[in-house]
Amino acid sequence: MADKACVPINSEIDIVTARQKGREMAQQLGFSSTELTLIATAISEVVRNIVEYAKHGELCVDIVQQGDKRGISVIAQDNGPGIPNIKLAMQDGYSTGKSLGLGLPGAKRLMDEFDIVSEVGKGTKVTMKKWVQKNVR
Amino acid sequence: MLVPILKQGDYLIASIQSELSDADLLKLRDDLVRRVSEFRSRGVIVDVTVLDVMDSFATRTLRSMAHMVMLRGAETVIVGIQPEVAFSMVQLGLRLEGVTTALDLEEGLSLLDHKIKGDNGLG
Repeated sequence: MADKACVPINSEIDIVTARQKGREMAQQLGFSSTELTLIATAISEVVRNIVEYAKHGELCVDIVQQGDKRGISVIAQDNGPGIPNIKLAMQDGYSTGKSLGLGLPGAKRLMDEFDIVSEVGKGTKVTMKKWVQKNVR
Repeated sequence: MLVPILKQGDYLIASIQSELSDADLLKLRDDLVRRVSEFRSRGVIVDVTVLDVMDSFATRTLRSMAHMVMLRGAETVIVGIQPEVAFSMVQLGLRLEGVTTALDLEEGLSLLDHKIKGDNGLG
């Protein structure tokens, strides 16, 4: 099985493609169906951010290993306008667009690890991870 | 992907058949609101059983649709939200405030009968 896949993001139709790709990859790792939904939803939120603010970008999913933990890594990257105040953007209900402002903080709650790096004028990179729970499967 | 909208008596039933893009969702909302007027429908059921993701956009669109339908004097019931989707919506902090939900199509229809026709659902 391929352990890395990327989806170019150019329009809102790519949101569906990206979350399907993420779900496919996560399924191979043996995540539960609830976890698959959480991962797909988190991908949907971060990719929608790209479409809404940066227009173009890329979503990559990758299988990662850390010690005896296995999981999925999701990287959403764009060369868009960047986020001037990340602290503010990570607050529930804060939005400069037309969304509910739950996208980034929401995605963080759905995943195990969440990291965001952004530079104004350069772009934004969101890295999220979720680990397979061994005691469940 | 087009969502078929069936007219059944006073009700409209929109049964989502596959994952929808944002544009598909907006089209569904607009079609339903228009048809409520066209058919003088009293109730609308949206079956989301096949959706395996309901993110902030989908939730917001369904909520606004229900409110628009309400302003046209009809009731909306969203049916078939999967357990995994419900779990993820709560984690994400999404709420369908002011929108009626039911387990499945059958429950949704009896809920509408009850609300609109005063049927107690027992007979």
